[in-house]
Amino acid sequence: MNAYTIDVRISPRAGLLDPEGKAIHHALHSLEFDGVEDVRVGKLVRLKLLADSPDGARQAAEAMCRKLLANPVTEDFEIVVDGRN
Amino acid sequence: MRVAIVTFPGSNCDYDCYKAITDVLRRSARFVWHGETRLGEADVVILPGGFSYGDYLRAGAIARFSPIMPAVQAFAAAGGIVLGICNGFQILCEAGLLPGALIRNRGLKFLGQPVHVRVENNETLFTRAYAPGQLLRLHIAHGEGNYVADAETIAELESSRRVVFRYVSAGGEVLDSGNPNGSTHGIAGVINAGGNVLGLMPHPERSVEALLGSTDGLGIFRSLQRAVESGIAERRLVTAEAG
Repeated sequence: MNAYTIDVRISPRAGLLDPEGKAIHHALHSLEFDGVEDVRVGKLVRLKLLADSPDGARQAAEAMCRKLLANPVTEDFEIVVDGRN
Repeated sequence: MRVAIVTFPGSNCDYDCYKAITDVLRRSARFVWHGETRLGEADVVILPGGFSYGDYLRAGAIARFSPIMPAVQAFAAAGGIVLGICNGFQILCEAGLLPGALIRNRGLKFLGQPVHVRVENNETLFTRAYAPGQLLRLHIAHGEGNYVADAETIAELESSRRVVFRYVSAGGEVLDSGNPNGSTHGIAGVINAGGNVLGLMPHPERSVEALLGSTDGLGIFRSLQRAVESGIAERRLVTAEAG
């Protein structure tokens, strides 16, 4: 078994209103960062996970996302194992 | 009518529900701690409002895996009546007992205020004591009450009259200004296809006595009482078991 660092990046699904992202977008514009076209705010869950391979770690993380970490109605997720997508 | 009220760590409307059932309806209620695995004798299960598990991860996401939840799932699957209020609604959505999800209010702020809600379907076990289209004044208290679901689910909910409560203006119209949190179609409460699981964001238990400023929430509890005591709910239960 090896230890892997897994980053689970959870973001609001495309098309879903993200009021927090919208508020930050607005604030960035008022600070004259005019090039900002869109802002989406999600969350990062960092796991330290024992698994026998990077694929095994990824599969375990995916199962966790489907069961608990992300809500499929409102969120998308992306898994990064030891810095690799 | 015997009511089981599930208390999660962070529930804070469990006593309000208890008082509504025992003091106002004069019926029996008891608390079931989330760590238990049996509901015991109950005709109705209430998942009350609050902030179970501090709303960590997502509101209701962790509570739905509480030890008591398999018993709630089994109770619902057998046709038992389950009412989820506020955080209870969020838990029911997370548990897949109701469709959709509740996300952050569009204005980002926690909202604690009276709202106007219209009874869109008074032919459910939860709403028979109301008149069709009755306008209710209830209170909301939530940060994540913005109801969302994919377009197909929303269309299905609307066409099958499973949108039971909708936010409206004081005049009873569906207006954006009457929608406090940005919910899709102003949806404030929905029911499952079986008609035995209902979730809503407003707090009916806070509007059950004149002293509280409104008795408009009482209709839900009275409807359930009638359903249980007239045997309608029991017949449904038998049918559900047979089916």
